[in-house]
Amino acid sequence: MTILKVDKLSKHFGGLIAVANFNVEMEEGELVGLIGPNGSGKTTIFNVITGLYKPTEGRIYFDGKDITGMRPDKITALGIARTFQNIRLFSELSVLDNVKVGHHLRLRSSPFAAAFGLPGYKREEEEIDRESVRLLERVGLADVAQEEAGGLPYGLQRKLEIARALATRPKLLLLDEPAAGMNPEEIRELMDFILRIMEEFNLTVFLVEHHMRLIMGICPRILVLDHGVTIAHGTPDEIQNDPRVIEAYLGVEEDEDA
Amino acid sequence: MRKQIPRILTIISILVFFLFLWWAEANLDPYLRRILNLIAINIIWAVTFNLIFGYTGQFSLGHAGFIAIGAYVTALLTLSPAQKEQSYFLSPCIWPLSNIQWPFLPSLILGALLAGVFGILIGIPSLQLHGDYMALVTLGFAEVIRVINMNLQSITNGSLGLKGIPEYTNLFWSWGCAIFTIFIVWMLGNSSYGRAFKAIREDEIAAETTGISVFRHKLMAFVIAAMFTGLGGGLFANLISTIDPNLFSFLLSYQVLTVVVLGGVGSITGNILASTIYVSLFELLRPIDQPMTFGSLTIPGRPGMRMVLFSIIFLVVILFYRRGLMGSNEFSWQWLFSKLRPIFKRRRMEQGE
Repeated sequence: MTILKVDKLSKHFGGLIAVANFNVEMEEGELVGLIGPNGSGKTTIFNVITGLYKPTEGRIYFDGKDITGMRPDKITALGIARTFQNIRLFSELSVLDNVKVGHHLRLRSSPFAAAFGLPGYKREEEEIDRESVRLLERVGLADVAQEEAGGLPYGLQRKLEIARALATRPKLLLLDEPAAGMNPEEIRELMDFILRIMEEFNLTVFLVEHHMRLIMGICPRILVLDHGVTIAHGTPDEIQNDPRVIEAYLGVEEDEDA
Repeated sequence: MRKQIPRILTIISILVFFLFLWWAEANLDPYLRRILNLIAINIIWAVTFNLIFGYTGQFSLGHAGFIAIGAYVTALLTLSPAQKEQSYFLSPCIWPLSNIQWPFLPSLILGALLAGVFGILIGIPSLQLHGDYMALVTLGFAEVIRVINMNLQSITNGSLGLKGIPEYTNLFWSWGCAIFTIFIVWMLGNSSYGRAFKAIREDEIAAETTGISVFRHKLMAFVIAAMFTGLGGGLFANLISTIDPNLFSFLLSYQVLTVVVLGGVGSITGNILASTIYVSLFELLRPIDQPMTFGSLTIPGRPGMRMVLFSIIFLVVILFYRRGLMGSNEFSWQWLFSKLRPIFKRRRMEQGE
């Protein structure tokens, strides 16, 4: 079943065409990678899907529902969660509270009930507490639950951001360069982590990444973007041998890495 | 059981405090009682400002406007018809208002509710803005309220102000309302809604993509704060018994801001501490306005001299406590115990020797 369908999406910023005629269809449970050089429009696509930007043209369907131009919090409530390239945690809140914020969208009690600590609210709060602790255990952050999120080491901050996204109970998770700034050891661990949570939480994952090994290693299907235009689409093997990709991306990247 | 101890201690200290108030109401002279009342009212304003600024991260300078609405509504409802007839000599008070006189409690409640309504009206446009822009717009709205109060001659009596407002506010009213406000803001701040407010303060975009309706929550914090600010305004009017529009200028909003920054943004106990210090210091420094003689040097009395000293004290505090007296920490019994334990231990050791 198709879970996400992006149809002829374009996003212009004044005269700059950040994304032009982008199309993708994702099946439930799929892991799709999106690569491209810096400034090729990957993050813009994420921002449009999650409602932070309004598209200039095109439509986005999630679970068969048109979500084009909806508010970000409504889109999250429908089941799309994301992480950010430059980690955006609630730095001064504790690790546990960061995850608890992810549960807020399902809270039924009114602010009145919360302010007076009515029994209905207390029950919900206990439930949130229990679930948040369990989620932290599942992702391996239980030891640092009471620490301030901003003080965590980089790798754990990445993990916490994913945990917070999971707390909203998404069907589709958008990961924006989760491996940025990680060493090969951490990247291997991250690959396992992504595959594990996909399985455990029944997720579909859309992954933007710069890091070739990560994306070639775990994504069965990859899209390549250059200057907002989709220049290739296929399996890792097909992508690696596509002359346009090599020209636009891999060749340059290889030189830089060397 | 151990978890219950701090709560029991809090309840006991509140009870002891009310016993003190009961004693104070009967025995203290009116001047000291007034200072205690002003401390309570300033606590209400500081705590509500903290809800908007400290928790939700929205920089609003519109407090004076909400205080004015609460003060005027409560004052107009509690004023006796005879007093109104006497005061409104430029143009008479309009009809239904000229005849009614309500008891204190419903007047306070209506004042708070109307301040909340204005909170919605002002919040909807200004919460679309960020940072300094929001501060400017709310400051502007508060000034608009002041100018309207100045010109609605037949309702607010314009710049003549209102006189002879019954002095209903006593220590039980002011501190009762203050403790109620603290309770609500504290409970809300530590609830799931409080976490959502703080998430918005920390990172609005991340909060949005974590499923929080940012605007709805900002407005919620703003309106709740406006309501309780108006409540404080009503208590204030019935304490000082004479109000005029210029009492609620932007200077009053700055006063609230000063108290909150002094105590520590985001700390309710800091707000309480700072309100107490601010109001007490304001009175304690009064002699400085009087003429002073140092040996052969005589300084003539200058009203406002204490503000100079006050500013210096404020500067020094901010210099040494950059995040206010309490930072964003709260007083807790556990903290007190951890401070006290070494002292007792030492004493026991000394006795042992």
